[in-house]
Amino acid sequence: MLSRVADSLYWMSRYFERATHCSRVLEANYSLMLNPGKLSTEQRWQNIMSHLGLDEESARIEPQAAIMKLMSDHDLPSSIVSCVTSARENASQVREEISSEMWERLNQLYHEVVQTAANMYSDSDVMRLFMTLREGGYKFIGVTDASMNHGEGWHFIQLGKYIERTSSLPLLLAAVFSAQEGADDLDWVGLLTSCSAFEAYCKVYTADLKGEQVAEFLLLNPEFPYTARYSTEKMQHALEGIRRTSPGRRFSEIERIGGRIHASLAYAQIDDIMSRDFERFLANIIEQCQSLHSAVHAAYIDYPIESAFEA
Amino acid sequence: MPERAIPAPFSEYEFGAAYDEMFRANGRARQHYKALYTKLLSLPSEELMRSKQEADLSFFNQGITFTVYGREEGTERIFPHDLLPRIIPAAEWDTIEKGLTQRITALNLFLKDIYNERKILSDGVIPGEVIYTCKHFRRQMRGVKVPRDVYVSVCGTDLIRLPSGEFVVLEDNLRVPSGVSYMLTSRKVMKQTFPILFRKCGVRPIEQYSQALLSTLRSLAPEGRSSLTIVLLTPGVYNSAYFEHTYLARQMGIELVEGRDLVVHDNMVYMRTTSGLQRVDVIYRRVDDDFLDPLTFRADSELGAPGLFNAYRAGNVVLANALGTGVADDKAIYAYVPKMIQYYLGETPILNNVETFLMTNEKERDHVCANIEKYVVKAVGESGGYGMLIGPHSSKQQQEEFRERIMEQPRNYIAQPTLALSTAPCFTEDGHIEPRHVDLRPYVLFGDKVTIVPGGLTRVALRKGSLVVNSSQGGGSKDTWVLQS
Repeated sequence: MLSRVADSLYWMSRYFERATHCSRVLEANYSLMLNPGKLSTEQRWQNIMSHLGLDEESARIEPQAAIMKLMSDHDLPSSIVSCVTSARENASQVREEISSEMWERLNQLYHEVVQTAANMYSDSDVMRLFMTLREGGYKFIGVTDASMNHGEGWHFIQLGKYIERTSSLPLLLAAVFSAQEGADDLDWVGLLTSCSAFEAYCKVYTADLKGEQVAEFLLLNPEFPYTARYSTEKMQHALEGIRRTSPGRRFSEIERIGGRIHASLAYAQIDDIMSRDFERFLANIIEQCQSLHSAVHAAYIDYPIESAFEA
Repeated sequence: MPERAIPAPFSEYEFGAAYDEMFRANGRARQHYKALYTKLLSLPSEELMRSKQEADLSFFNQGITFTVYGREEGTERIFPHDLLPRIIPAAEWDTIEKGLTQRITALNLFLKDIYNERKILSDGVIPGEVIYTCKHFRRQMRGVKVPRDVYVSVCGTDLIRLPSGEFVVLEDNLRVPSGVSYMLTSRKVMKQTFPILFRKCGVRPIEQYSQALLSTLRSLAPEGRSSLTIVLLTPGVYNSAYFEHTYLARQMGIELVEGRDLVVHDNMVYMRTTSGLQRVDVIYRRVDDDFLDPLTFRADSELGAPGLFNAYRAGNVVLANALGTGVADDKAIYAYVPKMIQYYLGETPILNNVETFLMTNEKERDHVCANIEKYVVKAVGESGGYGMLIGPHSSKQQQEEFRERIMEQPRNYIAQPTLALSTAPCFTEDGHIEPRHVDLRPYVLFGDKVTIVPGGLTRVALRKGSLVVNSSQGGGSKDTWVLQS
């Protein structure tokens, strides 16, 4: 597969995941903000807004306005509109590689999001956009699985999705846990809902909501698609798939970093993590994801020509 | 005999203004249009309107759109498409097919000749000056061995129908002709819109175009290569034909590459893949000559690959079309195509040219300049409807401007009489059926044999009375049905 194409598939998938992550988090937390205010909620809200890419000043503006900005500001690279646009731009460069169904779905979602975002007159429009993205997101993931060869391109798409998931979750956890005093059941529900994980959590722990258990579930549960551990396993799987279809590239660095992230989650215990430096632990996952990204880029996408003529 | 009442959907139809594809001058439908005519009589205009909306939505969701640059909302518009098919009977198509085959054969012999022995020049059939002053003539191509001597392997020829009913050639597009994806996608939509009518008419299929293109490219490959890598080279996502490039690459199952994906090393061309560099054998290139190789042609081009031309000259990679084919679709050289057919094949042209006046000829120039309001004046190297004066629709000032330009650079202009293109029924926005001017662009493939899929792109001037069918100037398209019998 062309290196440029692999790169576009990867970024299409990352941007798409980023857009739906932003939408999930906003939807869950907006509904919390509608309840009578508590001080700590306010602090968490601001933390969450900045983790989504709002600068400090904007994070402090009135929630409705902050949400509008995160949804529809073309000049904010992390806004939903910008991410969906970037996902589509990447997809449009690899139109021949993805299935027509995938393109149609993404293209349709793009037009819906851009149009809704450009004409938001009431707060119910905000809710409508959340719903559009939630449904559009599931449809795109479904059609991707169902309509395309699960070959190298598909593996790059999976890699993008799960690297993005693995690195955005620690940011969200850091935002919430750094202001966890006074968090009540509803706040934990909010955090779980931000990862579409409320029902899945209840199946494991019942509706017994404790910060530590929520963290344990979101980081270490091996069975739910939005947890860090599940995502790193899928990352490993995608890397393995890429190695199989494109043998002969230098893989050892990738293998080392991938294995390390995975091990740090697969063999960890939550009381261990929480009793030491929790923030450091989260930051570490993010850093590892960045090194993995660079290693993949250096091996498959932007390798020096000379290295290709060796051997 | 009392005048017949015109049935409802055609109440706005003007008869007899030009040759009409559907109606005789007396308002009766031609034989091969009878089935469509009957269908339209029974179809309420709301129903047509609904089909039209469904078709448009389908084009939109597939992303068959024009990009208007910038990212503001509404910057993408679909390629306008008309719902009513243009129908061509078998016998007429037969003539077109024979004529196009003859023409592309002669054009390829001509290109081989002028880049090698130049006999047609030494025999005085075409003045050498016309060739050497053509800006698409590539000196670098002299003596280069071209696989199978096929210079033009993909060609789109624009035909129009004269008031007499005869098809004539308006121009040849021998560089990187586009539009074939509109032919293929609009066929798909038409089968959804009029399935029963389609079957009843006995329309010949065109869906095999992509396979035919692939075998054409395959037939040009260097011998002795066991597994071939064929790619489509696109200028990239901002090119207005980008949809077509992705469409064809996907239909043929070949890689769509950009210049930055290609690497030339030791006169071999490679593409950069996730499993290393992979050798490329045939490039169906949709990038103009000028931009293919910054070392040989325009140095500021980022769309090509440095060193590509040398690899080509060394015979290590095939480019389709070859370089320098633009010399044969220069509008001044076009005027000599009938002579080429005579000269190389010893045959009379089956499809005639439109009468063309060369501005380098003093007598013809004086005549045109004195009567410029009657003529269409065209710049020889332009396409897409640019650099053109349509005499009857122009102001005194524009006419004066073109007169000056002709006097300054006579080699750069030709003139043709203003032609009444034939009309075909179109479904208008207000729900009527009205005649609009059309042309026809069939696609000709030339590899080990000539292949022409029965059909083509019928382009429509959607504005009432307009003669300009180019998509960049308000034109649209319709499906073209070539009948079995």
